[in-house]
This record gives sequence, structure tokens and C-alpha cells, in this order.
Amino acid sequence: MSQSHSLEPEQVAHLAELARIALTSQEISKLTGELGIIIESIAKVSEVATSDVPATSHPMPLTNVFRQDIPGKTLTPDEALAGAPDREGDRFKVASILGDEQ
Amino acid sequence: MSTNAELMDFEKAIELFEPVLGFEVHVELNTNTKMFSDAPNPASSQAESATQEPNTMITPVCLGLPGSLPVVNEQAVKFSISLGLALGCEIASSSRFARKNYFYPDLAKNYQISQYDEPIAHDGEIEVEIAGGKTFKIEIERAHMEEDAGKLTHVGGSTGRIQGADYSLVDYNRAGVPLVEIVTKIIQGTNENAPEVGKAYVATIREIVLALGISEARMERGNLRCDANVSLSPRGSGKLGTRTETKNVNSLRSVDRAVRYEIQRQAAIIAAGGTIVQETRHWHEDTGTTSPGRPKSDADDYRYFPEPDLLPVEPSASLIQELKNALPEAPAKRRSRLKADWGFSELEFQDVVNAGLLNEIEQTVQAGASPAQSRKWWMGEVSRIANAKSVDPSTLVSPKSVAEIVKLTESGELTDRLARQALEGVIAGEGTPTEVVAKRGLKVVSDDGALIAAIDEALKSQPDVLEKIKSGKIQAAGAIIGDVMKAMQGKADAARVRELILERATG
Repeated sequence: MSQSHSLEPEQVAHLAELARIALTSQEISKLTGELGIIIESIAKVSEVATSDVPATSHPMPLTNVFRQDIPGKTLTPDEALAGAPDREGDRFKVASILGDEQ
Repeated sequence: MSTNAELMDFEKAIELFEPVLGFEVHVELNTNTKMFSDAPNPASSQAESATQEPNTMITPVCLGLPGSLPVVNEQAVKFSISLGLALGCEIASSSRFARKNYFYPDLAKNYQISQYDEPIAHDGEIEVEIAGGKTFKIEIERAHMEEDAGKLTHVGGSTGRIQGADYSLVDYNRAGVPLVEIVTKIIQGTNENAPEVGKAYVATIREIVLALGISEARMERGNLRCDANVSLSPRGSGKLGTRTETKNVNSLRSVDRAVRYEIQRQAAIIAAGGTIVQETRHWHEDTGTTSPGRPKSDADDYRYFPEPDLLPVEPSASLIQELKNALPEAPAKRRSRLKADWGFSELEFQDVVNAGLLNEIEQTVQAGASPAQSRKWWMGEVSRIANAKSVDPSTLVSPKSVAEIVKLTESGELTDRLARQALEGVIAGEGTPTEVVAKRGLKVVSDDGALIAAIDEALKSQPDVLEKIKSGKIQAAGAIIGDVMKAMQGKADAARVRELILERATG
């Protein structure tokens, strides 16, 4: 995040687009303020967390939690497709998306 | 859909510009199960992709259903470390997974689990060799673990491609297949060899993963996929140009063609005063061209963040050492050993390497065929058919089948001509060589009685031939051999027929 910890409405609009959430301009300005406060609060935490505190992505001090390479039970196509908005045969049917594979 | 772009002559383009390359190669690992779920892996050595019904190899984790949690496949981590080591990389003592967020239905959970700033392997280097024995060092930036995405079929529209499709169908069998993405640093100094270096690089990666036994590496099945980055630097400018990324260049020969095409296309644009758009481009195997895809822009804002459902991977020094000790022979070393073992000339061996058929011939020899015959069949008939079909020879027939055909010819059960027919049958999917021989009735006629009858018939129609042979003109027998072979529909052993004719003439 930027040094000033402030957030611009354009950034909120951009994030909304990336998250595929349609926001009105009122919602954008409201969220710009609210998200700005959250960013500032987190920035306060970073002030306390000096370089001797390692970054972490998980609350548990665990590493190397693995699974053996043995196949287990799979879903049937009907189970897999139970929540599908639409299907054709045993495949999910989705609206064509403008864009490419990532 | 491809557009007809202006192309500059390749030699001219290289004279004016220095090509700068970069490759991203995705390798599907052949573990029994997927990266984060115990669903069977469609890219495993056991799985036969032809028989995979859609959405039958998935679990709630593959679909990202609420409440499901990923757990890392230990074997996939070991395979990734082995690959990193084979690429001369350093293995990270601590490595983490990250979410790459994007909305596209190839993954149901709207993110791909990948690695971002803490890849499992980084800073490696491999050597690749092109025709004539020239070698190039390719620096590896990183190799990271991630999951593959599902398969989309676009329905409707004019081209079958995504533009203009009415709707798409999704099969998530491939979602979650363990992948390692290998990213090179920028590659300079390849000049006119750039296309060949690209091809040799991907061929070397393929050799390495096959030697490690960690991937089926069949490019036509997408086990190994290549994205090629190409940019041009005007000679003497010292400046890097704008790059394009050509996606899914999925055969060795296409890597060469795609790099060559992009060099020629970009050179023509720059020479005409235009600018290169930084974009992904699609490769079209049929026309040998690329067409524009998505522009690279801030749309590539994936908001990576550490995957909260997974814990860091911290391989111990002893595990890394153990995997290092188990590494197979390096490809370059292996090549010089095979060349000596097989007794091929430099030229013969280079041809095999360039054709990417080293593994196939090695496996054919292992299956009991002689090196010379193995080479003859792969480089000859199999390559000829592959060329005609515009596919890689390795996709047509297995080394085991070729070895079987070689053995059938060496034992005299098949003539060369019959063997070619047997090969044709195997490629057409009629079964193993022995099965094709039985089904098509390709056995050599070894019944002397039938051959003698045909010889007598032929001699009757050309009575002077017998006299000529008797007077010492043995070469006159050729005409009779031809007739007999025709009568036997090629199923006779010409040497035996000749023997019988001479016996007849002298006896």
C-alpha cells in the first residue's frame, strides 16, 4: 500500500472491477472512506512489527503438512454437477467469457 | 482466427535485430493424485486420457466447494525439488503457496493456488545443444509449484475459439493436476539460432522430466506446454524491445516455428515504423502463425497473497541431499554415452537429437531391437508419416511396437514392405504389430510349394529368361522375381524366391 495509507476512489473502483462487484458511485465513495480506515489500522500494526518479527501467513507454527500420494474417493458427475447453474451432458455449462485463459 | 501479418525475411531480421527470448514451460507431474486433493491425477502414468469421462476425477477440493481444504501431495513436492535440482536450481529452505486471483471458469474457486515470491526452486542453469553441436547456456529464474486448471470447450461461434462462442462447457478433471512452471531469465546472444535454441530448450526440459520419470511429457496431451516470449532489440541500440508472449506452443517443431514467426513479424512492424504491442498471442499450428490475444495490462492484477489454507514447505537439507543423490544422468552426458553405445556417426546421431527421437530410439533398443534398425524405422518410415500428418513421430506409435516390427523383420517373418504395412496398421489403431500382422494377413509366404508354382507360372510367360540364366546371365532372374512378388502381393521373401529360381534353372 502507499506510504500515505490513503485510498483513492479509482483504486476502489478498480478493485471492485477485479472482484466483479458492481458498485454505485455512492458506494465507491463510502467504501473509499471505510477501507481507508482499515488500511490505516493495519499500517499501525506494521509500525509495531519491526524487522525482527517474521511475516507469517498462518497462525499455527507448523510446516510440511503433507498427504500421501494415494487416490481416494471421487464425486460422481451428478454430485459434482449438483450445484452447477446449468449442465450439458456431464459438463458444466457456463456463459462464454470474453477474455482468455490466464 | 489468424491474420496475415507482414513478415520480414528471417536473415534480414537477424541482421537488423537481436532476438531476445524467454520461456515459460508448464510440466504436469505424473503423481497418482492431484496437487492438493486425493482425486486421481489424469496426467499420471496409469491414467489413459482417452477413456476419461468428464468430471469423473474430481473431489470437493478440485471444485473449491465450501468447507473443503487443500492438503499438499508430498510426492509432488519431491518431484518438484528433483526437477529444481536437475535444472541446477537452489532449493528454497522455506517456500510458500499463494493465491492468484482471477475470474475465469477454468477454475471453480476463482483463484489458482500457485507460488509467488517464495518458489520452491530458483536460480538455475542448463545447457542446450543445437544441430552441429553448438551449445547455449539457459539461465533459469525459478521453478514453482501450482495446480492446473480445468478444460473449457467453447461451443458455437465461427471458429471454435473463444471469440464469438455462444457458451462454454467445463470439465474439471484437469483442475488441480500438479504443475511445475519453469521460467527462464531473458536469453540473449542466440542470433540466427534463436528458433533452434527455443526448440532445443523445450526438448531438453522434456528429456530431463522423462529421465526423472516425473511427467509423461506428452506435448500433444498438454503434459508439457510452452509459452514463448520474443522481443527484438535493434542492433547496437542496447535497448530491449517490447515482448509478446505466444501461448500454448505445444510441439517441439512449433517452438521453432513460433519463435521464427514472431521474429519475422515483429521485425517487419518495427522496420515499417510501427510499435510492438505487449500482448499474449495465440499460436495456430495449422497455419504456422500467431494472432493477438489479450493485451497485457493492469488486467493482470492477480492480487497474489499467501494461501491461508496451506502451511509453508520447508524441505530438510537431508531430503534435498537424498533427492540430489538420486538424480539421473544429465542429458548431455547421456547423449555422449548413447552415441558411443549405438555406434552412430556424428551426423546420424545429430539427426536423431534434432528430431527429438533420442528417448524413442533408446526405448526401442531397450525393447530388444538393434540400434541401427531402431534408428532406421524412427527416422525413416515413422518420421515420414509424422511429417505428412504434421505431428511429432513419438505420438504415432510406441517404442515397444517399433521394436516388435523390427524383430518381425529380423526373424524374416515380415519383409520391409509388409513391415511398413504393419506399421501403418498400428498407427491406424488396429492393435499391436503382431495383431495387425494376423488381422491383415501380412505373413511372408514361406511355403516353397506356393512360391515354386508362382515361379513356374512366371517362367512360362517369359521362356527366354530360363535360357539366359542357364547361360550365366543370373541378373535376368530379376524379371521373374518381380512377377513372383506381384503374384504373392509382396508377401514373399525376395531372397528366397531368387534362390528357388536359380535352383529351377540349374536343377
